[in-house]
Amino acid sequence: MRTITYLRATDTAGAVEAVSSDPTSDYLAGGTTEVDLLRQEVLNPRRLVDINDLPLNGIEGTPEGGLRIGALARMSEVAAHPVVRERFPVLAQALESGASPQLRNMASMGGNLLQRVRCSYFRDAESPCNKREPGTGCSALAGFSRGHAVLGTSEHCIATHPSDLAVALVALDAHVRTLGPRGERAYPADEFFLLPGDSPHREHPMEHGELITGIEVPATDPARRSLYLKVRDRASYEFALVSVAAALSVVDGSVADVRLALGGVATTPWRARRAEDFLVGAAADADAFGMAARVEMADAQPTPMNAFKVELARRTIVRALRTLTGGREADPGTGSPT
Amino acid sequence: MSSPGPALARGDTTPAERGPEAVRVTLSVNGTEHEIHIEPRVSLLDALRERLDLTGAKKGCDQGTCGACTVWVDGRRALACLTLAVTCEGHEITTVEGLSADAEPHPLQRAFMEQDAFQCGYCTPGQIMSAAALLDEGHARDDAEIKEWMSGNICRCAAYPNIRAAIRAVRDQT
Repeated sequence: MRTITYLRATDTAGAVEAVSSDPTSDYLAGGTTEVDLLRQEVLNPRRLVDINDLPLNGIEGTPEGGLRIGALARMSEVAAHPVVRERFPVLAQALESGASPQLRNMASMGGNLLQRVRCSYFRDAESPCNKREPGTGCSALAGFSRGHAVLGTSEHCIATHPSDLAVALVALDAHVRTLGPRGERAYPADEFFLLPGDSPHREHPMEHGELITGIEVPATDPARRSLYLKVRDRASYEFALVSVAAALSVVDGSVADVRLALGGVATTPWRARRAEDFLVGAAADADAFGMAARVEMADAQPTPMNAFKVELARRTIVRALRTLTGGREADPGTGSPT
Repeated sequence: MSSPGPALARGDTTPAERGPEAVRVTLSVNGTEHEIHIEPRVSLLDALRERLDLTGAKKGCDQGTCGACTVWVDGRRALACLTLAVTCEGHEITTVEGLSADAEPHPLQRAFMEQDAFQCGYCTPGQIMSAAALLDEGHARDDAEIKEWMSGNICRCAAYPNIRAAIRAVRDQT
């Protein structure tokens, strides 16, 4: 790790001013990704501005049935919160399926959304990587790509977005609130995560120094009947091969409302709008779920190493929806879909 | 890690930028305050092991993967390798050396011995700090839950069944 200077911020506006005015300053919150990448010299700021003392750690339900979460609330605190567990099971499950208990005690909600990709070519600080050094090329395209994305890819980057939390937030139409040098902003979660296109180094629309201050989750009718199903190489403490955040309302045997998002298969937390559009009004049965999954994955562009993800994603979507309709017992995080 | 840190003001209200050279850092570890001089980039794990001679927390992977460096920050289990020591000012650190208040082993340490819950022992301090927190959290109701909530601590000797037995033994003592 290169040397750094350290500033512990005492107020939010001061922190934003400090980082905005200095291109060589970065924020430090939980540090669970950042310290690792500093040590690898993938990130090389001159100065870290520690924001852990800022008053941004509240978790509260809104009277309308939604949720407000401060950016510095820890993953473990949010997952354990009674309002989160009651109103948004998919959110609590997504949080608890990520990382380990130690890391969830450390990692902040805002930091989770800004965590960097697990692509080994990005993280080794040596290989050509358009995300780390724009214009150098993508080593994963012809390299080891078993964990990489099949949706939302470009010829410049196929790295998978690693967050479980973000998948649930995208499904729930959450907003990301920020404070920057030009004031406050709120981004729909679905627009906060940028496709790589020809600029994979740009992962979100924030400018330098803009700070995530909170996350807002609106009341959603189907959210109380929701789940997060994560399929991975081992039962715990592993990133998703495929994950599904799903919420469902069924009226008289038909799908009245559905929210569906995918993790582990795309370059962003992937809102499955094609599948949703197919499902609304359709019969809530396995045939319709299978068709919807097929529609969503139709444009997948796998590599020879990750082609299995396309079928795995279809099956995981079906299993998540069948679980919500009582057709199959949930076993999130451990089993393989059948 | 979300409770307020110490007042940093030194006569004015503007927080000071510190480093990159070694700076004075005050750490409260196992109930004792220590003043050390370290660069801001030094991890809590290196500060504990190299400056305070508290070598219980182990450096396994140094990248947040193995859990051998597990300590408590304000009573919650955390990874010392991914924590910068300077960020711990104003917070209480507990290492395996401070787990038991007196000279007697903590019940978990005794259970690890009785249940043969280790072979090489390298991961054991992290396992014990994680397991003691697990019991406090109430995440040890059955074996499936213990497995899930101990998944951040890797044991290359695969002593997992005996580690779970030790945790069950302490859980069932009360």
